[in-house]
Amino acid sequence: MTTTVTATSSSTPRAAAERSPGSRGPSATPHGVQLEGIARAFEGPQGTRAVLRDLDLELAGGEIVAVVGPSGCGKSTLLRLIAGLDRPSAGAIRLGGGVLEGTDPRTAVAFQEPRLLPWRTLADNVALGLPRGTARRAGRERVEHLLRLVGLEHAADLRPREVSGGMAQRASLARALARNPEVLLLDEPFGALDALTRLRMQDLLLDIHAAEPTTVLVVTHDVEEALYLADRVLLLRTLLGAAPEAPSLARTIAVPGTRPRDRADHDLAALRSELLEGLGVDTHHSPQPTTSEYPS
Amino acid sequence: MSTAAPTVEAPASTAPAARPGLWDRTAVRLAAGAVLPLVILGAWQAVTVTGVVPAYRLPPPLTVVQAGVQLAEDGALWLHVAISVQRVLLGFAIGSLAGLAVAGVVGLSRAGDALLSPTLAALRAVPSLAWVPLLILWLQIGEESKVTLIAIGAFFPVFTTVAAALRHVDPHLVEAGRCFGLSGWSMFRTIHLPAVVPSVVSGLRLALAQAWLFLVAAELIASSMGLGFLLNDSQQTGRVDRILLAIVLLALLGSLTNAALGLAEKKLLRRWA
Repeated sequence: MTTTVTATSSSTPRAAAERSPGSRGPSATPHGVQLEGIARAFEGPQGTRAVLRDLDLELAGGEIVAVVGPSGCGKSTLLRLIAGLDRPSAGAIRLGGGVLEGTDPRTAVAFQEPRLLPWRTLADNVALGLPRGTARRAGRERVEHLLRLVGLEHAADLRPREVSGGMAQRASLARALARNPEVLLLDEPFGALDALTRLRMQDLLLDIHAAEPTTVLVVTHDVEEALYLADRVLLLRTLLGAAPEAPSLARTIAVPGTRPRDRADHDLAALRSELLEGLGVDTHHSPQPTTSEYPS
Repeated sequence: MSTAAPTVEAPASTAPAARPGLWDRTAVRLAAGAVLPLVILGAWQAVTVTGVVPAYRLPPPLTVVQAGVQLAEDGALWLHVAISVQRVLLGFAIGSLAGLAVAGVVGLSRAGDALLSPTLAALRAVPSLAWVPLLILWLQIGEESKVTLIAIGAFFPVFTTVAAALRHVDPHLVEAGRCFGLSGWSMFRTIHLPAVVPSVVSGLRLALAQAWLFLVAAELIASSMGLGFLLNDSQQTGRVDRILLAIVLLALLGSLTNAALGLAEKKLLRRWA
């Protein structure tokens, strides 16, 4: 990959952002994901430990689904299963009718850490995500486009260690998008960022989702983030100490309203308390509407 | 889409570079490096001229230079230097290439690690000189036995550092590579190889030093040419001036090859580290 990014004179940057080179285009609806009876157990020194059990799930094409749950509930495991980084002990995962086996070119992952290659520039890191066999020129245009999309066009030639954590995370997101995925898997993608950057990244993700619709599964421990981003929030339970037949999925919450959501919305505040209580956190929430719910 | 460009955070590493101090300037460093050799040369001259040390034990510096000139005039000096350099470079090249290849097998595959590591650890424990009788019996006192010994010397530093580095390539990056469809050769080329470049370079530098060490060992024992031969021959004829000449030449050649590798290292690390 070449590191010199030559600007193409014909198209203006923002016009190009509307319809990106190499993407499916805004009109195509991405496939959804079906999980059927998924279970995953790990062999440990104390015998077999079930992490996921009887998980049936349907992610509609283009939907944003957030997964929350206490630590150890298997939310990252779930994401790794769909990403093909791990195999279920039982059950099947389908994407567009076919069963997913191993890593699939239609899925892409952004991790909690950016995981950029330190010896490559941000542009070359994003290029790593391009599908195999992308023509050099088309690939370069796609990378340029994605860097603009995440606001990194000025940083294309910088190395990961020369940029902030937020910038690195945006590059990681751009790399996942470079795959032109139908299913975008995000594992606590903004967890390591400061609060303000995190809010910006959430809006960025929604902008990207509007520009290039994908089915998004986002694992998070931030209930507010889940409610702000998602169409549906899945609450998983920890199987350790649960009833032996209890399935992993404790609750599914459909988030009301359309995006972009008001972060201070009262319905969301009530849902937030509900979710937090589901996570075993006492919220001291009073059912009456108050105006000081979000002190920020 | 105008909201897609969040406010740009300042890059993390734009802290102003400290002004280079006195000891960081190139000219100062060169001059400083020359101080100790000049002091030694002065002391050497002083003790020989004043007769504190008799000339048959330590000839004055000029005699060493004359010995060099004399050997250079009849062509023997160039022959010794050339053959030694050739042996070192050949042995270094063969040994480090083999080291890289075996490190690849041991560092990347668990089976390779389990099968080869114990044997290689045992072989590495064999002192270099223990190989000499065997090599001479098998390969005779020719170039092969010396180059082989040097290759053995160059093999282990490269093998050890690179195999360990390959084993410790960040598993997070490997997993990310897997997510983006890398496997086999493409994974090695994209993730492992660049990740271990710094270790390869430091392994090569260690190997080069070992190569010179093993060269002298090989040439001291059985040879008719080379700097090691010059050392051994001069010892038997009592030519302390030539012994000193050979030592100075070894120091110069070793520093020169090391500096050449250092330049390559600088370039590689700027690109890959």
